[in-house]
Amino acid sequence: MSLSLDDVSRIARLARIEISSAEAERTRDQLNGILAFVAQLQAVNTDGIAPMAHAVDVVQRLRPDTVTEPDRRDAFQAIAPETEAGLYLVPKVIE
Amino acid sequence: MNPWEVVIGLETHAQLQTKSKIFSGASTAFGAEPNRQACAVDIALPGVLPVLNREAVVCAIKFGLAIGAEIAPRSIFARKNYFYPDLPKGYQISQFEIPVVLGGGLTIHVGDREKYVHLTRAHLEEDAGKSLHEDFHGKTGIDLNRAGTPLLEIVTEPDMCSSAEAVAYAKSLHSLVTWIGICDGNMQEGSFRCDANVSVRKPDAPLGTRREIKNLNSFRFLQQAIDYEIQWQINEIEEGRKIQQATVLFDPDTGETRSMRSKEDAHDYRYFPDPDLLPLEIKPDWIAEIKAGLPELPQAMQARFQVDYGLSPYDAATLAVTRASAQFFEETVAAAGKDNAKTSANWVMGELAARLNRDEKEITTSPIAAVQLAGMIKRIADGTLSSKLAKEVFEALWNGEGQDADAIIEARGLKQMSDASAIEPIIDEVLSANPKSVEEFRAGKDKAFNALVGQIMKATKGKANPQQVNELLKKKLAG
Repeated sequence: MSLSLDDVSRIARLARIEISSAEAERTRDQLNGILAFVAQLQAVNTDGIAPMAHAVDVVQRLRPDTVTEPDRRDAFQAIAPETEAGLYLVPKVIE
Repeated sequence: MNPWEVVIGLETHAQLQTKSKIFSGASTAFGAEPNRQACAVDIALPGVLPVLNREAVVCAIKFGLAIGAEIAPRSIFARKNYFYPDLPKGYQISQFEIPVVLGGGLTIHVGDREKYVHLTRAHLEEDAGKSLHEDFHGKTGIDLNRAGTPLLEIVTEPDMCSSAEAVAYAKSLHSLVTWIGICDGNMQEGSFRCDANVSVRKPDAPLGTRREIKNLNSFRFLQQAIDYEIQWQINEIEEGRKIQQATVLFDPDTGETRSMRSKEDAHDYRYFPDPDLLPLEIKPDWIAEIKAGLPELPQAMQARFQVDYGLSPYDAATLAVTRASAQFFEETVAAAGKDNAKTSANWVMGELAARLNRDEKEITTSPIAAVQLAGMIKRIADGTLSSKLAKEVFEALWNGEGQDADAIIEARGLKQMSDASAIEPIIDEVLSANPKSVEEFRAGKDKAFNALVGQIMKATKGKANPQQVNELLKKKLAG
């Protein structure tokens, strides 16, 4: 499998990354290099082996359902670009 | 005959009743000031890590057990990637390939028909924050208190074929999640919201293209939106246009659905396993422990009501719609006696439900206690009260005008007359005062008989036993 320039620009759009056409070519080559490596991995016979979702074979630890976080709104909002009435303000979004 | 078949599947988001969020220790309490309950994890500051809330998993297991599903021994959390300001991480933590609950289903009742709706899956995920589009100098305000609230997304197979079935399913699901205590069911606050996938096709044709109606937060809107959407799709196809797959919103003011403007890649979520979270393991002994603590479930209770009390499936389902209503009914029967189960059911579903509804009260705060209602029902059963007098007693009990039915009957002299020697003279009086009706009856007019009964009941102020009046009157007229 290898990616075209169109694939690269679509991935960039989905990831909200702006790339120039020169960068797109370089990125395509790099991504295709990664895919070639993946193809190498896929050549290994994995019949009868359950897929892993994580590199470490341990299971999730759970925490008790208790409220442990204090209200730190003022500290968090001190570094926000813009706030009002306790809200974070962002450029207008309308669906 | 309608040549169109309708296919509906529902996705429901039930907000789980935990104290803290699914991946952080911030509070989930409703109604706090904006962003007071949004911690570093919820607002996605760099370097934070999610830690899974045990109670959210317990809720999912309870649900899986209640619908007869498989609980996955190992399930995986995945990232669903999309950009929106109320989702600060740029992805929602959800489950994709291996959800925690697989299969199962719910029995629904539509009229006197029963139907089993299959569930595809239910998975754990986090809620997003809220965007406020009111005017903040042309900007949007973001409140992240809701971000990270645990949700169980419950997905059905496309098993329903009318808005009535969809509503029956949603009501049944709502009843179940509140029954087992995993969701408060408050639809106005958004704790229980439905998305409906709707398509139409000719019988035996392949499935039509579906459109998804988002965020329906009342049973009425669910029905209106689906009905409008079905008609809209049929009209489009009949006018020669093709249905395009789309996400639509329902506008309660116009009663119409309209397509959201969305780019074609909007639905490319690029799911992948979240490297911040390890597989969730659920061992059989944990499931067994939770199973042992589950209350009797609505369907088991409905079946028991039918067997133990001889109720119809409809009555059993109506009473067991909430645990509180089922409990009230059982307390009433316990005090009134099993022989009076049907009468008890009728009063709980009828007069009591109507009165509660009118005064906007819940059954848990009913002014009439179950044992008071039972006392009144016993007096109906032994003939002391006619149904008309019972309504008067009911009203008095409701208004707190007496401690129990017997005290009210005594104080107001409401006892039904069942003594023939007291009723007969009244019948004689009525007959001699209404010779015309008597004539008409003898001439074969049945209506005249009812008119005479009415007069007698009036003369006794409704206290005569109507059945007895009928019998005595028949005898007199025959004689």
